[in-house]
Amino acid sequence: MNPGNAKHEKKRLENPPAKFKLRIQRRQNEGAEVYWETFELPYRRNLNVISALMEIRKDPVTADGKTTTPPVWDMSCLEQVCGICTMVIDGKVRQSCSALIDDLLIDSGSDTVTLQPMSKFPNVRDLKVDRSRMFDHLKQVNAWIELDGSYNLGPGPQLSNDTAQERYAYSRCMTCGCCLEACPQYHEDNYIGPQAIAQARLMNMHPVGKMEMEDRLNGLLGEDGITNCGNAQNCIQVCPMSIPLTRAIYDTNRDITINALFGWLKK
Amino acid sequence: MAKALKIAIVGGGLAGLAAAMKIAEAGHEVDLISVVPVKRSHSVCAQGGINGAVNTKGEGDSPAKHLDDTVYGGDFLANQPPVKRMTDMAPEIIYLFDRMGVPFSRTREGLLDFRRFGGTLHHRTAFAGASTGQQLLYALDEQVRRWEVAGKVNKYEGWEMLSLVLDDHQVCRGLVAMELKSLDLKTFKADAVIMATGGPGLIFGKSTNSMTCTGSAVSACYQQGARYANGEFIQVHPTSIPGEDKLRLMSESARGEGGRVWVPRTDGDTRRPQDIPESERWYFLEEKYPAYGNLVTRDIATREIFQVCLEGHGVAGENQVYLDLTHIPAETLTERLGAILEIYEMFVGDDPRYVPMRIFPGVHYSMGGLWVDFEQRTNIPGLFAAGECDYSIHGANRLGANSLVSCVYGGFVAAPSAIEYATNVERENTETNGIYDDELKRQQEINDSIIKNEGAENQYKLHEEMGKWMTDNVTVVRYNDRLKATDEKLLELQERFKKISINDSNLWATQAVPHARQLWNMLQLARVITLGALNRNESRGAHYKPEFPDRNDEDWLRTTIAEYSEEAPVYSYESVDVSLVEPRKRDYSGGKARAVQVPQPGSELKPEGREAIWVKEGEKIIVGESIKD
Repeated sequence: MNPGNAKHEKKRLENPPAKFKLRIQRRQNEGAEVYWETFELPYRRNLNVISALMEIRKDPVTADGKTTTPPVWDMSCLEQVCGICTMVIDGKVRQSCSALIDDLLIDSGSDTVTLQPMSKFPNVRDLKVDRSRMFDHLKQVNAWIELDGSYNLGPGPQLSNDTAQERYAYSRCMTCGCCLEACPQYHEDNYIGPQAIAQARLMNMHPVGKMEMEDRLNGLLGEDGITNCGNAQNCIQVCPMSIPLTRAIYDTNRDITINALFGWLKK
Repeated sequence: MAKALKIAIVGGGLAGLAAAMKIAEAGHEVDLISVVPVKRSHSVCAQGGINGAVNTKGEGDSPAKHLDDTVYGGDFLANQPPVKRMTDMAPEIIYLFDRMGVPFSRTREGLLDFRRFGGTLHHRTAFAGASTGQQLLYALDEQVRRWEVAGKVNKYEGWEMLSLVLDDHQVCRGLVAMELKSLDLKTFKADAVIMATGGPGLIFGKSTNSMTCTGSAVSACYQQGARYANGEFIQVHPTSIPGEDKLRLMSESARGEGGRVWVPRTDGDTRRPQDIPESERWYFLEEKYPAYGNLVTRDIATREIFQVCLEGHGVAGENQVYLDLTHIPAETLTERLGAILEIYEMFVGDDPRYVPMRIFPGVHYSMGGLWVDFEQRTNIPGLFAAGECDYSIHGANRLGANSLVSCVYGGFVAAPSAIEYATNVERENTETNGIYDDELKRQQEINDSIIKNEGAENQYKLHEEMGKWMTDNVTVVRYNDRLKATDEKLLELQERFKKISINDSNLWATQAVPHARQLWNMLQLARVITLGALNRNESRGAHYKPEFPDRNDEDWLRTTIAEYSEEAPVYSYESVDVSLVEPRKRDYSGGKARAVQVPQPGSELKPEGREAIWVKEGEKIIVGESIKD
């Protein structure tokens, strides 16, 4: 039996306020001015940011009594596995579904939670951003295994469970964009970033994927390639899935060097 | 090769992507329409694994046993030939995902590892940690991206289907969709359309489903003449984590790995669970079902938990029971269940490796869906369906880890079926001039009227009210008087819907207009579910009526079929093809009643009515006057 004690139980806000505030950065559309609105909501212990936003859209009235439009944000799975609801909460990029109001108030010691859209992607409206370029990055690095066909050819290669678990860690990337938001090198899509590098690494680690490694590495050699990494290591701090992103960058750099040194031998 | 066909697929989860890959591989073109980027589809939420009788544990497992477990678990309501085809295909499907690079957990020999799941006594479930759905979806997403780069797949992400385009013979010729950012409408011409839009969990307000699972597009098909089958069969998952915004799933794999369900023997025991000794815990599932224990089927586990709480034995007198993993080494739990334990810890705060989880049943899955024949064809020629949005595999109750395999199977069957249809269809003088523009105009008018409406009702409050009524009255235990009252409530909500105002003066990227359209469609489908339940006076699988506690094969071994009419859904019933495994009483208290009847090849039957819809002459499928009656 695993002995449970207080450290395995949730820390709760000790003197919860009757009400708390949600301060939201808003914008009508991509070209429009940014403005702020504050909403006041009754405190409930199990609220997360999403349920607070849902509460507001049922009755979009600001704290000073002004009727406004319902804030727009993206959400889907609400289990921190689809990545869509990512935003900047009290200055930190994360998923809004797993951001519990209780924890946020404990951390900030205030009665206000501040919501902003991610800043490194086109801002569609309010808290909604367009991250389609992240999917394009996956095209650039051929982030797939080349199959001869999807017809039945029996099982894949035998692998150790350790290799499978190592790959699994990379394969949990939900394309949320936290790593790009936090990366000091990433602006205006000048750099392909840790997410795509890690996915290239995931494919290169597979015995079949490895056969196409060179194509993938080539996708990382351009102007927006892997050399843009400044080793700030912010990505690994903010990754909600704890993906070893810096390790992926290190290993991929090594593969590139080896490929450059010995690649001609293959020709 | 003959001319490349254009096939539209609605939905980019496992079923939609499986179909897209197959169609692109066959050299044809796909328009893939999805409300979210396909990599964020609800399939990511599937946790525990994917079933296939690969039999690597020396247990003598076989596809025939998988078939038997599936139809027995489904209380014999599923047509058996497609189930057999699926269970036969399942090992190949798992191997294919293995080749695509899915990081499945493996044995010491480096082979695929399998775990146990509900409703079977075999290790039949392949898994990648506890986020198998995410991993399978990503593998297909990668393959489809490869076809996108090759120019075979055009993705329309952030688009929602509003309606089908039907020609004057009621044949599907494409669809109308709306870009969610701009609210612009566009017609998609297609030689065939495949629906792969998942389930309708949001009809119940809070469920384990993603916020995209409204069933809206399927409801639109139903309102245009597609048959909806077995709508009343809604799976309520025994173990979910109650939340303010949704019910988060706690995977069956927690029990597959040895998790035990219990409540304190003394009602209202206020001690911490760790401090309650073994002798003072009531492991009610293990007591009542010694052979299957905590791994009885979902419908049964759900009712037992529900009942225990109803009788006041829930933890702290509330609607919750313990799901306990703390007897399993913490490292083992981290490796095999890490992803789901993180979810619990993230949202509840306690660490389930050390503190038993508190869980309660939550709406999870729809066994019902669009009626399809054995080739995934709906009754509308040119319209196909696959995955949770079709009704075909799970009967009255779905077994855990059968959904992922059924999604892929459905996509793999729908794709060649759509290609065959589109290749061979003869369109005899069918007029298509104007049909696209007319449908587009009709949909634009609906949007305009929603935008113009200025009433006092708030659509999100209406949604909440619908969800509460549906959850209270149309889930675990059903009574006819309450079902009737629920239908009246739904009619009232439909009236009140006409008085909503969208409350958003900015139409750019507004969520109010799409939600209003989804809500209307949900209200339609809610009636199909509720009245289907009212009509079915028996108990079978997930459908349980205390007034009719037994399964009644004589009257009700039938598929419910609902067809749209303006007043109310019109119901008819179709016999079930039980040609492979003879129906027997479902009873999990001992071992499973033994009767694995090995299916004979070629003994599959065609469903009634199929020929009347799909008129085949030789190799040609003729779509014309003959189908009109």
